[in-house]
Amino acid sequence: MLIEVTVNGRRRTAENVWAGESLLYVLRERLGLRGSKDACEQGECGSCSVYLDGDLVCACLVSAGQADGAEVVTVEGLADGESLHPIQQAYVSEGAVQCGFCTPGLILATHCLLEANSDPSDDEIREALAGNLCRCTGYEKIVSAVRLAAMETAVG
Amino acid sequence: MRARQQLDTKVRDRTTHVRGVGTSPPRPDAPLKVLGRFAYASDLEIDGMLWGATVRSPHPRARISGIDISQALAIRGVATVLTAEDVPGHRFYGIKVADQPVLATHEVRYVGEPVAIVAADHPETARRAIEAVRVDYEVRAPMTDPEEALSGAGDLIDPGGNVARHVRIRHGDVSSARSRAEVVVRGEYASGVQDPAFLGPEAGLAVPDGSGGVDLYVAAQWIHDDRRQVAAALGLDPSRVRLTLSGVGGAFGGREDLSVHIHACMLALRIGRPVKMTYNREESFVGHVHRHPSRIRVELGARRDGTLVYSKVRLLLDGGAYTSTSRIVIANASYFAAGAYKVDHVEIDGYAVYTNNPPRGAMRGFGAVQACYAIESAMDSLAGELDMDPVELRICNAIQEGDLLPTGQGVDGPTPTRELLEHLRRLPLPSDRLVAGEDLRRLPGGVGNTTHGEAVVRGVGYALGMKAIGFSGGVDDISTARVSVSVAGGRPVAEVYSAASECGQGIVAVQAQIVRTELGIDSVTVRPADTDIGDAGSSAASRQTWMTGGAVEGACHGVRELILERAARRLGRSQGDLVLTPRGIMTPGEGEALLHLADLLCHDTIEHTFVYHHRPTEPIDDVRGQGDAHIAFAYAAHRAVVDVDTELGLVRVVELATAQDVGKAMNPQAVEGQIEGGSAQGLGLALLEEVQVEDGFVKNASFTDYLIPTILDMPPMDVRLFEFPHPDSPYGLNGVGEPPTLSSTPAIVNALRDATGLDLPRVPVRPTDLIASLHGDGSPGG
Ligand code: FES
Ligand code: FES
Repeated sequence: MLIEVTVNGRRRTAENVWAGESLLYVLRERLGLRGSKDACEQGECGSCSVYLDGDLVCACLVSAGQADGAEVVTVEGLADGESLHPIQQAYVSEGAVQCGFCTPGLILATHCLLEANSDPSDDEIREALAGNLCRCTGYEKIVSAVRLAAMETAVG
Repeated sequence: MRARQQLDTKVRDRTTHVRGVGTSPPRPDAPLKVLGRFAYASDLEIDGMLWGATVRSPHPRARISGIDISQALAIRGVATVLTAEDVPGHRFYGIKVADQPVLATHEVRYVGEPVAIVAADHPETARRAIEAVRVDYEVRAPMTDPEEALSGAGDLIDPGGNVARHVRIRHGDVSSARSRAEVVVRGEYASGVQDPAFLGPEAGLAVPDGSGGVDLYVAAQWIHDDRRQVAAALGLDPSRVRLTLSGVGGAFGGREDLSVHIHACMLALRIGRPVKMTYNREESFVGHVHRHPSRIRVELGARRDGTLVYSKVRLLLDGGAYTSTSRIVIANASYFAAGAYKVDHVEIDGYAVYTNNPPRGAMRGFGAVQACYAIESAMDSLAGELDMDPVELRICNAIQEGDLLPTGQGVDGPTPTRELLEHLRRLPLPSDRLVAGEDLRRLPGGVGNTTHGEAVVRGVGYALGMKAIGFSGGVDDISTARVSVSVAGGRPVAEVYSAASECGQGIVAVQAQIVRTELGIDSVTVRPADTDIGDAGSSAASRQTWMTGGAVEGACHGVRELILERAARRLGRSQGDLVLTPRGIMTPGEGEALLHLADLLCHDTIEHTFVYHHRPTEPIDDVRGQGDAHIAFAYAAHRAVVDVDTELGLVRVVELATAQDVGKAMNPQAVEGQIEGGSAQGLGLALLEEVQVEDGFVKNASFTDYLIPTILDMPPMDVRLFEFPHPDSPYGLNGVGEPPTLSSTPAIVNALRDATGLDLPRVPVRPTDLIASLHGDGSPGG
């Protein structure tokens, strides 16, 4: 089948999509957008998180057909050219990135949290990010990065 | 402490660069990672590539009587199907012992063992093809009980016998010491199977070079050893197999053994096209080794005042179907089975056995994790028997510099066991009463709304851990680095060539920091790791910063000598009068640079290669297990505070505090990150993580059923770094990656014991283990 999606503001089409393919597969393998990660493909780790028509979803759980005609924002769509989004900058400066495989998903989850709540408490941060697994950091520095990002975006 | 005064004299030439050693500049790979542009192994793509997939055994034990690939080959889009007969070189491989078939020949020994491989034009086609491969199995009864394997009663799994290794350590005389012990405790402690559960799946891309050789881009911990194994299996000279490290999404020991490596290369060479292989999560659970499950019996004898008199430990690790690193994991578990304590009479017997369970091998802590859990549990049990404060008991027995290990080696280097415990003991405890109306998220069960504080009890637990850093037992381990300096855009720039694996821990950043400190050059690029560069050894055993740090430092010293030699000639001065600073070549004490580095170099490149060796060690002997086997030792301690809902068995870890001697925090932010992440893996083993294996079958091969800690499971952490310089290492640093994984688990379990009064002899502790009403006598089942 033919799938048309708007990804990060650009209209994209994918041909010969097999019915079993997920949005994640289409993004990664057909459109070459490999920022969304594939750690479980079961909706458990959040590494594949993207915005689908404004909602944060696990792209591995969305079938390609469901995404037809939708508006998708991936981690690649956050930065303004080469300059990092304040959330991305906060992850870098707080040391919240180790292997980084969880990072794209966490950055989008952080973005989604801060859109809804610009000044989250630590408990709120933990609750909002509970769907994103990280195996490397123990999350301490991720919490710091979200706090910093909240401050920076509030100021900016 | 002696080591503190022993700062080496080379320090004179070091610069204090703002982004040098001891600072926390952002890691060079972080921007790409946050942008989603960092290429992990599973992200690799090349024109015309095919997808590989693996046919795996559905049985824990069976004979193979035939394999029919014809139906698979007939599927449109399938390029090839290969079996054991197609292995061009050695049919067996292994990191330490070549006993694992590249593809199974006449038998399979575990569920998930590779039997055949396919390449196809779409991953789904490949998946259908593996289902179409017909393998005829004669199923046999598996042996999955390690005690049975040890007893010698069952069938032989391995032709050499079912004991992969028996480590025997005898120190002093336990039988006569027994009569002097006034108090004796005995316990048996078990741990389940933990999965490294790195997030980035196993993946690699093999590209034929057109003349019979192959390039492999892969996520790995040690590309040179991988190449040795791959080349042997392919029947190629190692020079014709080139490995390049691609982005690694975590490792934790689980990438020490090969996964896709040989298979991807075989497929690519056979069809003459690039082949990519990626495991999905379910396959990943059988595609890499796990932490050995353990059963450890501890008997401790002490005097009434708490002084340990003897320690007798039997360890049994189930190594699963093939050897992997079992023989050295059991050695490492046995070395530290008596814990970080001075005991004059010790008897240790460690066994690793073969069964028909999936192979077990390296995982962060490498056997010392299980041993630490057992001994630290026994220490709390002894404290209870003595009616003594558990921290006091540990402090009075804590090993000190000069004390002998059970292996007879004198402990050297900083040994701040007491300082770590004293620090934790002094930390204020979090407020200990749940206030009415407390945020549900701070209660066991969280927003599940299972309690508002009723039946919730609090406990505090401590643990101390000790581990050797680097490769023990007589290995002459090395790391190689080349540093080159040239001029770009009018400014000096440096490049580092090293094959050290960046798995996320931060070795790339540290290498650049070392160059800045040594040469005062700001712009440093660490080149991608590949096998054209000399061997850097494994990102394992907490060794990489020490070994490769030493290699980069040595290469910088060589470069500096060459620069100063050239400058001396140019300036007509003696080389000994000159120093290299960030501002240029100067004489000490003078304000003005005599010569800028860029002017000295012009279009030339100055480079130096250095091979770093650690101090020599020796293997332990077979009879009494004695020998100076270790390079260095590292220590960490944890204090855990837990709340337990005794009706539902739910736990909330309220706080996890830790203190660790890191020698020198090369990059404090990265060091903290290692300690926080390692502690989280210890929490996982204490409370959540277990690969459930029944009769050889993995029952929970997914992140739905195998639970790694989420951000809600992790409490805030209080991390305190101690920096007692190690006399033998570059910059005084010590290995940091593994120690936090040792003491975190027993600290949490000791806190649970403190809260509930239960014995809790097994990790992970399950909710049913904690429900008081189920265990009237304080001895939970299972
Ligand atoms: S890959 Fe989608 S949630 Fe894990
Ligand atoms: S940084 Fe490795 S999984 Fe989060």
